[in-house]
Amino acid sequence: MGEMEQLRKEAESLKDQINAARKAVQDTTLQEAAAGVAVVGRVQMKTRKTLRGHLAKIYAMHWATDSKLCVSASQDGKLIVWDSVTTNKVNAIPLKSSWVMTCAYAPSGNLVACGGLDNMCSIYNLKGKDGNVKVMRELAAHTGYLSCCRFISDTEIITSSGDCTCILWDIETGTQKTVYAGHQGDCMSLAVSPDFNFFISGACDFTSKLWDIREGTCRQTFPGHESDVNAIGFFPNGNAVITGSDDTTCKLFDLRADQELITYQDSSVMCGVTSLAPSLSGRLILAGYDDFNVNIWDALKAERVGVLAGHDNRVSCIGVSADGMACCTGSWDSFLKIWN
Amino acid sequence: MTIRTARPNRGQAFRSRMHCLRKLEAIVVEMHDPKNGVKGSVQKLNVTTIPHAVAGSDIIAWIRNKMQSTPEDAQVFGTMLVAYGFIYPLQNHRKLVMCNDSSLYRFQTPYFWPVQKWVPEDSDYAIYLAKRNIRKKGILEPYEQAHYSHLHDWLNHKWDFIVMQATEQYKASRDRNKSDRVVLDCQERAYWIVNRPPRYTQSALDCGPDRLVDPNVEEKITFDQYRRVNVFYQQAIMRPRVKSSVSLGALVKYITTYKNHDPFLASCQPSNPWQTDHDAYWTLNVRRVEVPTKMRVERWSFSLFELLTDLRGRDDFKIFLKKEFSGENLAFWEAAEELKWGTASSMSAKAETIFKTFLAPGAPRWINIDGRTMGLTVKGLDHPHRYVLEAAQTHVFMLMKKDTFFRYLKSPTYKDIQKKALNPEPHNFSPAQLEQNARNRSPGIHPIILWQQEEEEKTKAAAAAVPVDVKAVMSKIDRKK
Repeated sequence: MGEMEQLRKEAESLKDQINAARKAVQDTTLQEAAAGVAVVGRVQMKTRKTLRGHLAKIYAMHWATDSKLCVSASQDGKLIVWDSVTTNKVNAIPLKSSWVMTCAYAPSGNLVACGGLDNMCSIYNLKGKDGNVKVMRELAAHTGYLSCCRFISDTEIITSSGDCTCILWDIETGTQKTVYAGHQGDCMSLAVSPDFNFFISGACDFTSKLWDIREGTCRQTFPGHESDVNAIGFFPNGNAVITGSDDTTCKLFDLRADQELITYQDSSVMCGVTSLAPSLSGRLILAGYDDFNVNIWDALKAERVGVLAGHDNRVSCIGVSADGMACCTGSWDSFLKIWN
Repeated sequence: MTIRTARPNRGQAFRSRMHCLRKLEAIVVEMHDPKNGVKGSVQKLNVTTIPHAVAGSDIIAWIRNKMQSTPEDAQVFGTMLVAYGFIYPLQNHRKLVMCNDSSLYRFQTPYFWPVQKWVPEDSDYAIYLAKRNIRKKGILEPYEQAHYSHLHDWLNHKWDFIVMQATEQYKASRDRNKSDRVVLDCQERAYWIVNRPPRYTQSALDCGPDRLVDPNVEEKITFDQYRRVNVFYQQAIMRPRVKSSVSLGALVKYITTYKNHDPFLASCQPSNPWQTDHDAYWTLNVRRVEVPTKMRVERWSFSLFELLTDLRGRDDFKIFLKKEFSGENLAFWEAAEELKWGTASSMSAKAETIFKTFLAPGAPRWINIDGRTMGLTVKGLDHPHRYVLEAAQTHVFMLMKKDTFFRYLKSPTYKDIQKKALNPEPHNFSPAQLEQNARNRSPGIHPIILWQQEEEEKTKAAAAAVPVDVKAVMSKIDRKK
């Protein structure tokens, strides 16, 4: 047992050294660095469209890359592809398992994926003959619920699961290519970097990890939250990561500085973050909370600059379109709203 | 009071959201403070008066004072406290909102606070409903009646026990004095309204499926795990770290560069389609537009990544490179991208073509990369996989980024397109026109069709780009003769 003690002490001292190294490179504060930047002022967005049609809680939504179509998943067992401009439903896909928790749209626009308590990721082909949408693949290997999935291309998809692992799948063969294991709590969310070389995952062990997609290794771990990390997203330049947690704060971690740089918190905000998305330039961070509102944070001044209030229940998902024009929020009140 | 049946351990035991509930708990405890907390009043119920009731307006005023917030924010916060079950309304007990008037509320007893570790179980609910049924038959609401019959069915094996417990509790409550009884009834009723909400309402405590892993459990870390963890930590220490001034500076720079391109912060020309229902913006910025807009052209100058990701920019870059007779770098980069994201079946064929066109000595579009990378790549192409060209592709990208990109920005091609670029006039719609726009909304071309068009174009271009085999052409001409 003496050796175990030794190893444990070594681990503790190494952790202290890492913290010291991180502090050593902190040579400025956010206030100083952003001193020269003009204040943004109050940001007021209005609901431009309301997408009605789901009959139960909406758990997830994702924009397509053309910034007009989006897909949403709800626990009434339907995956609906919306044309958000005309508010028409382009496809209403019935699901085998109604306990869906996530959905994703492929960058090419050909495929959508969803998954949930059935532990599987189902891929649907939208460009089938006769406009028929059919299941193309069912990717089953996780031993826990599927919390998030994101396409890398038409042939690869990454999924995160409640069994604490993330998996990269080859869609054509339906097999796992890489398993990313290392988290010690349920993986709740994931985001892929703009250059598709890395992805980050947030988990219930209060940390987020940066993974190299090809190598399958964890490159960096970002501790700092005091509760489950529910939402995660890349800053548009690909060098920073924003996370939202049940401890009511959002934090910005820089990949090159290897530490947390900014915390977005307010004493009047007392409920957890469920989802977040940065705007196109990164200046605004939109975060959905359990108190049915979305708060808009100024990324550089770490202040709240706006609120989107309009949902009657928890905001479960939020997404900013690829051209940065509109933000879509989905809620447990079964409506999706497009804000601008 | 009740015997708690052990929950079958399916490994799903951890409830989320405890953290923020503890913060709320701290605030509620402060509210209870006799000196600085909320002032109480009394509730008059026929003959009895029950103490410790508080008016909604008092609570909201206290919250405003404590958190220095606006009345609306304070009301929302108060509603949250009611929705979570820390405070319950006395008059309209089913509507869990905080009203900014003299309607009365009472603090819930800490036993029933949501931060407690135990979960409201179905058997507890059954006992509660049975107790109320015993007291007065027919008092249950329709939804409660539905729950009751459902529980009777599936808890049937325990039903004797449930009825026994309910009778015991009923007898015990009869021995209490009236005001205590009323208070306890109210508390229990409020607790169950929060945890088993009436039809068509949502419980604020609903938090989705339970987590599979409980982070509060201390895991036994094995010897091997410790070793691996220590290696990981050591690597982490070795990692080069950039100064925070550099990182923050980079963030500020990125945000400032893109400030005018962010539709949430700057207006977009000619008009924001979401606000005016006119999709001129989208038609002007389509992928294969002849003349791009000024904003788009400006965005190409931000970085090579932006230029290459915007396919129209890539086309413009190609025109420039053609003039310089150095198009092979970009062509190789594009071919490598195709290989990376293409289907697995096409991989070996693509690798062959790439080798013949770009890498073989004497190839028609030979790229100039250093010997070591060339050697590695050629060796890798014996067993082609998705990322076999990664090293060469990065090398070529850096070449383009450091040299060709800047020359492009100074070139007449770029200046020409800058001059030609459109700067559309902002729209100025009258309300009548806006209405007409709304009526004429159209979905536009489906992205799948656009994608299919792109693919067709690519195959045509690939077919046309194959270097002509002179001998074959000559032999055809000979045969014709």
